[in-house]
Amino acid sequence: MIGFANSLSRTGASLLALFLLFAALWLGAAIGETAIPMDVVGRTIANRLWQAGYSLDPINEGVVWNYRLSRAVVAACCGSALALSGVVLQSLLRNPLADPYILGISAGASTGAVAVAILGFGAGLLTMPLGAFLGALLAFGLVSLLAMRAGRGHGAIILAGVAGSQLFNALTSLIVTKAANAEQSRAIMFWLLGNLSGVRWPDAWLAVPTAVIGLLVCLWHARALDAFTFGSEAAASLGVPVRRVYVVLIGASAMMTAAMVSIVGSIGFAGLVIPHAARMLVGIRHGVLLPASALIGAIFMIAADIVSRVIIPGQVLPIGVVTALVGAPAFAILLGRRGAAR
Amino acid sequence: MRLSACNVSWSKGGVSILENVSLDVVPGEFLGIVGPNGSGKTSLMSLLAGLRRPKSGRILVDGQAIDRLSRREIAKRIALVEQQAETGERISARQAVELGRTPHLGALAPWSSKDDAIVDEALRNVDMERLAARLWHTLSGGERQRLHIARALAQQPQVLLLDEPTNHLDIGHQIGLLQLVRQQKLTAVAALHDLNHAAMFCDRIALMSGGRIVALGRPSDVLSGERIAAVFGIDVDVVHESGGRCHIRYRPPGSPVVEMPVLRRISS
Ligand SMILES: Nc1ncnc2c1ncn2[C@@H]1O[C@H](COP(=O)(O)OP(=O)(O)OP(=O)(O)O)[C@@H](O)[C@H]1O
Ligand SMILES: [Mg+2]
Repeated sequence: MIGFANSLSRTGASLLALFLLFAALWLGAAIGETAIPMDVVGRTIANRLWQAGYSLDPINEGVVWNYRLSRAVVAACCGSALALSGVVLQSLLRNPLADPYILGISAGASTGAVAVAILGFGAGLLTMPLGAFLGALLAFGLVSLLAMRAGRGHGAIILAGVAGSQLFNALTSLIVTKAANAEQSRAIMFWLLGNLSGVRWPDAWLAVPTAVIGLLVCLWHARALDAFTFGSEAAASLGVPVRRVYVVLIGASAMMTAAMVSIVGSIGFAGLVIPHAARMLVGIRHGVLLPASALIGAIFMIAADIVSRVIIPGQVLPIGVVTALVGAPAFAILLGRRGAAR
Repeated sequence: MRLSACNVSWSKGGVSILENVSLDVVPGEFLGIVGPNGSGKTSLMSLLAGLRRPKSGRILVDGQAIDRLSRREIAKRIALVEQQAETGERISARQAVELGRTPHLGALAPWSSKDDAIVDEALRNVDMERLAARLWHTLSGGERQRLHIARALAQQPQVLLLDEPTNHLDIGHQIGLLQLVRQQKLTAVAALHDLNHAAMFCDRIALMSGGRIVALGRPSDVLSGERIAAVFGIDVDVVHESGGRCHIRYRPPGSPVVEMPVLRRISS
């Protein structure tokens, strides 16, 4: 009986989550410099997906389908992927301040992507996302090595992350300044701040599978992540193959971060703040926390994108600026709380 | 299930920490490990739990090398309560105990009412049902320790490894806990600091010093005055009781040796 009620409430929660996600996507497509009515959005989707044959203003239809919807979908994936990476890193490293941006993984991914795009690293064998993935792994490896040498304290990995971010950002700037022409470098600098302006459907073909696979891999390890609550030694004595879980999950985080960075640049703070918001709402069990974080991340990023498009009329703010404006104060609050808890 | 260590050595950073330790844990017994700080009790426990690989020698589970088993297979048989394990998460007392079910649940296996019953039982066993809903960081050290033990019980192991399980507990709960462990139908290995507790509850005692087992056997055979003086550097009087048990009375430093006949009279 309890099991039945449980599975019923789980189905209800999943349906609600899907509804919220679709509502956010819908709003993302409707809101913008020129507001497009909700029903036009609906009909455009029906036309494109099922050849419904509604007659619509082709300009509106084009804006909804080619620009806003693709953008909203990629934003959603990006938010989910970053939030999931944040949850995983915070749990595995047992550090509430961990996230791909702060640990330098995003910076490494940027360097990798730029190295492939501008320097032509890998001579056609490496695509930008793959370059970003290698950069992300390299950065995390370097940061962990530095943290290990600096000692086991909780602060060590964060300090190492700061150093790593600085290093890789400097490398990126060096590559851009040295090898790119003026126009390229302007575009790249804009992209580095986190930008969804150039996003089209082909980008979604990378973003959606990455986010979905990332979510599934994390969910598969939900119980293992729970077992890390009392540290890796305790996880091991609860039967978790610690090293394998580290490799798979940190690999998955790096993959998600790298894919998103190669599409939209590095967006800060989403991966840090959203897991905490989700924990406050649904608690710490990863079976629930992971999907909740993914959902909140998706909705948050769609909202941030809408804000970035409408806040200054006639201009688009890089989305990274919006997330930082929300995230940095939240980070400060977290830091303060941690200090007070000691 | 039979757990044993054969000529196990372990070192870290070039420093030898365990040397040639051999130990056969008899099924169903309560084995105590005593020894001064840094003598290698925790290290031996983590080798027995398969968390570390010995540099040489082998750990055997039912005659099979432990590294042939998967982590999960090991965790279904052996539970370890660490000396220190803390968390900053907002986890409830009950959730902390539920973690003990981890090795029995696959990635997709749902939590069942059977798991709930096992967790309830474990909480009842350590007298923590009342506080099941409390958040971890609001609990006292002793309450946390009892929850760690409940988690290990929820793991339903055949062998329970306890590293200083009575840490932080008041005397009532210390005795209660050791009694509880004795009553379980399991094999238990516990690192203990209180020699009298070890003598009172353990079937056998292993006395460690400097990374070696210097004596292994029934309490009254292992805990002699000379050995305790040599290993711990204190003077004691040992009162032997029936059934291989004994009682230790610590002498204040510098006090004259009390004649055994006097002691016998006091104790009888
Ligand atoms: N990872 C490690 N690296 C270096 N030295 C270690 C490590 N683990 C243990 N040691 C050393 O090995 C020795 C034995 O440690 P162990 O923790 O096993 O002692 P113990 O008997 O459990 O002591 P206590 O009663 O204080 O808990 C100590 O000198 C300790 O400093
Ligand atoms: Mg110890």
